[in-house]
Parts: sequence; C-alpha cells; structure tokens
Amino acid sequence: MIEFDHVHKRYPERGEALSDISFALAAGEMAFLTGHSGAGKSTLLRLIGLLERPSRGRVVVDGRDLGALPRRQIPLHRRQVGMIFQDHRLLADRSVFDNVALPLQVMGYGHREIGRRVRAALDHVGLLKRERATPVALSGGEQQRVGIARAVVARPPLLLADEPTGNLDPELSREIFELFERFQYVGVTLLIATHDLSLVARMPYRIMTLADGRLVNDSGGW
Amino acid sequence: MSRVRRPSARPSELLLIWLAHHLRSARESLRRLFGMPLPTTMTVAVIGISLALPATLYVGTDNLRTMTGRWDQTAAISLFLRHEVDSDTARALAERLRARPELARVELIEREQALAEFKELGGFEGALEALDDNPLPAVLALYPGPDHATPEQLRALEQQALALPEADFARMDTLWIERLQAILALAETATLLLGALLGLGVLLIVGNTIRLEILNRRGEIEIMELVGATAAFIRRPFLYAGAWYGLLGGLCATLLVTLSATTLQGSVSRLAALYGGEFRLAGLGLGGTLAVVVTGVALGLVGSWIAVGRHLQGAEAH
Repeated sequence: MIEFDHVHKRYPERGEALSDISFALAAGEMAFLTGHSGAGKSTLLRLIGLLERPSRGRVVVDGRDLGALPRRQIPLHRRQVGMIFQDHRLLADRSVFDNVALPLQVMGYGHREIGRRVRAALDHVGLLKRERATPVALSGGEQQRVGIARAVVARPPLLLADEPTGNLDPELSREIFELFERFQYVGVTLLIATHDLSLVARMPYRIMTLADGRLVNDSGGW
Repeated sequence: MSRVRRPSARPSELLLIWLAHHLRSARESLRRLFGMPLPTTMTVAVIGISLALPATLYVGTDNLRTMTGRWDQTAAISLFLRHEVDSDTARALAERLRARPELARVELIEREQALAEFKELGGFEGALEALDDNPLPAVLALYPGPDHATPEQLRALEQQALALPEADFARMDTLWIERLQAILALAETATLLLGALLGLGVLLIVGNTIRLEILNRRGEIEIMELVGATAAFIRRPFLYAGAWYGLLGGLCATLLVTLSATTLQGSVSRLAALYGGEFRLAGLGLGGTLAVVVTGVALGLVGSWIAVGRHLQGAEAH
C-alpha cells in the first residue's frame, strides 16, 4: 500500500527533515510511527498525503507513483487517503454532520447518499446523536472522533493519523486506538504517528521509530 | 500506475450533481453575503456609485442630445437687411425667398415690429425714445427644410443670402448648437473614459473584497484541500460571491440613476417651460438598465476571478 524508496526531504530553512527513508507497508497493515517531536513523523505522513513532495527518492501509494502524479490529480489522490490530525482540523462554524459530509460533498455525492454515509460514519465513532452540534460544543475526545469520522466517511483504503491522541487522557486514547483496530479489522491500512509509547508497546503492531529524520528501528516489514 | 478512481455514477447523474453543487455554491455565497450585512452593503454601495456615475453622465448627455436634436430642425439664419430697404422691398424679397425649395419657411420681422418687440423686452424704452429714428433693421428669418439643414448646407445658404443686394449681414443660429454638440461629443468621450476608470475601480474593489474573504477562510480552504477538493470546487463559491456583488451593485446603480432622474425631472420641466417647451427626462430605459446590471455582474466575475487566480492556487504539494 505504501512504499518509500530512499526518500529524502530537505527544507531550505531547516535542512534535512527526512534522510534516506525506505520501507513498505502492506495493504491491510496497521503500523505506528514513533519518535521525538521533530524527528520527521509529520513530514513522512505529509509526503504520503501529497501535502509535500520529497526532495529525492520515490513514494508509491496504492500503486501510484506520487512523483509522477500531475497536480490536477492531487485532489483525487487525497480522496483515497483519510487524514486525521492532532488539532482535528474541524470547521468551527459548521455542524458535526456538515464537517463529516465535507469529503463526500467534494467528491460529488448526492444528497441522500451523503446522509446515509455520514450517519454510518458517525455511528461508527459513537456520535450519531451529536450530528447537529457544532465542534466547540464537543469535548476533545469527541472532536477527535468527528475528525476520524470525516477521515473514514468516504471509505478510503488508507488512513493516516498524526498524533491523534496528543491532547487526550490515557482512557480516551485507548478508545481511539480501539477504533483504529476496528478499521484495520475491515481491511483499512493505517499508519499512525504517536509518541504515546506506553500505549503502543502494549499492542501487537509494527512500530517504526524515527530519530533525526532517519528510520532507526522497524519492528516489522523487511 | 493505476489511475485514481472517481466515484462511479452515470454521466447524467454526475451532471445533475454538478448542477446541484453550482446551485448550492450560488446560494451559499449569497447567504454568506447577507450574513455580514454591513460590509456587504458598503461594498455594494461603492460598486453602485461607481457604476451610477458614468451611467448618469450617459443619461445626461443622451437627454441633451435629444433636446438639441429637436432644436436642430428649427435651425435658422437671421438675415438682417440694409437700413435703406423699405417695407415693400422687404416683403417682395420674402415672397421671392419663399419660392425657393430649400427653405421651408421665411418670416419677415419688419422694422416697426422689431422695435415693438424690443420695447416689450423692457429696459430700453428710455433709450429708444431718445432716438429720432428707428435704429433696428428689418430681419428675415430663414428656416431651411429638414433636408437642407446640415451645417455645410446652412453655410452655403448663408453665403447666398448674403450675396443679395438687400442683405446687410447674417447670423446663423446654429453656431451655438454646433458648439453644444461639440461639447456633447467631448462629454461622451469623457463619460467613456470615466466609465473605464470606474470600471477598473469596481474590478479592484471586488478583487480586494474577495481577496480578504479568501484570507479569512484560509483554514476552511486548507481543510477542503485536505479532503480532496479540486481547485474548481474551492473557487466556485468565491466566483459566485463576485458575481453577486456585481449584480447587487448594478441594481444599486440603476436605482441611483432612476432616483436622480426623478429628482431632476421637476427642475427640468420648469426650465423647459421657461423656454416655452416641454421636456421629459429619459431614464436608463430597459436596455440601459440591463447594460448596467450585466456590466456589474461581468466586472464582479472578472474581479473575483483575478483574486481567486492570485490567491487560490489549488491543492499543491510543496
């Protein structure tokens, strides 16, 4: 599903953020990406979502060589990648329903189909009753679940999460990770960046560790 | 390399969805405009005034043109006869001139009649009574037919009239009309120029308003890009907003022009009455109204198009 081949990312102002990263993530696999802040976790995820392009090397997602993807195709690529952020990235002036519906509207789904899918996604994350609320009326954990519902509503084969539990207490974090496990169970590929090592260590999943932009440890894969 | 999949739907269905999205974008933009009444009103008012100014000038020059066009037909040459020409000769000359085909009408104002009229004007009675003799000459007012009223023909007619042995000098009443028309032509050019400048102003106003709106909604736009919105999808509501601004501004402008025309009608009627005439101010008319509104919409669209092109590059990987 994801293939990194000697990938480098260099910022003119910060220097090398990622150095010579190579790994592969199989379809249906769930993996954690750990490391200190600034180790390059977010940068790596941004390369997969095509928020940025690598300076050198090749990134292939779901068979698509992202380096060869024309700009026009970027939106279509992103529809195939659900992204979850630490700060949720929700629209404060719209209801929970409208926030979750956004990807479907963008993709041109019809009204009824949108209603059906949004409610299914909200049901998944246990927020069906809050669809009319605005995000500010929700707790941090609920907001993150709205973000997750939005990421999965279009049923992308790949989910990326950047510190999804960064602001949550351990109990809520565990709930979020259980949610991710359920998605993995139905065949979604997940790559989750987190520094919540205590939680991750107790789960039987692959862990990749970044330090100073290098992949220093990989518990699975090659 | 596999292509990115699009949602599967029949083409007719996709068209309907596309149309529905346009409708929603248009409605959403309008709702947003009404959601911030004060800034919207100010922007619309500025656009309205910018469009109303050249439109008012246009209506003004247009009205003056119809007015002078009417006077054109009564253009005349006043032929002053020599002092020694007596009444009978003058009458005979008038008769002779009436026979000429290019003259529609010839009026003779005899010396006594001229004096009486002059006295009637007032203020000169004393001065005239001090004179032994009537100092005023007899005058022939020559009115050319409508087919002989171009400035060149009038000048030719004047020359011929001056060649008559009874003629002393001639005055063309058309000179001031010609001057007025030259001024009108100048005013029309100025209107065009002003219109172009103010149109540019509208472009900048809409462009800047949309630019601020884009900056305000930066976060929302980023999220849309994250979930895979195409550039066209993101631009659409802003383009509609520009068109709405233009439409509302255009309507505001037509309202302003109509209002000014109605306000001025009273004074114009009074003025026309003083000149012994009647004149109804023409407004923008249906064509003019449509032109102003369409211009507004077009300028709004182009202005937002420029802003959107400069500030919304669409999803890009850096």
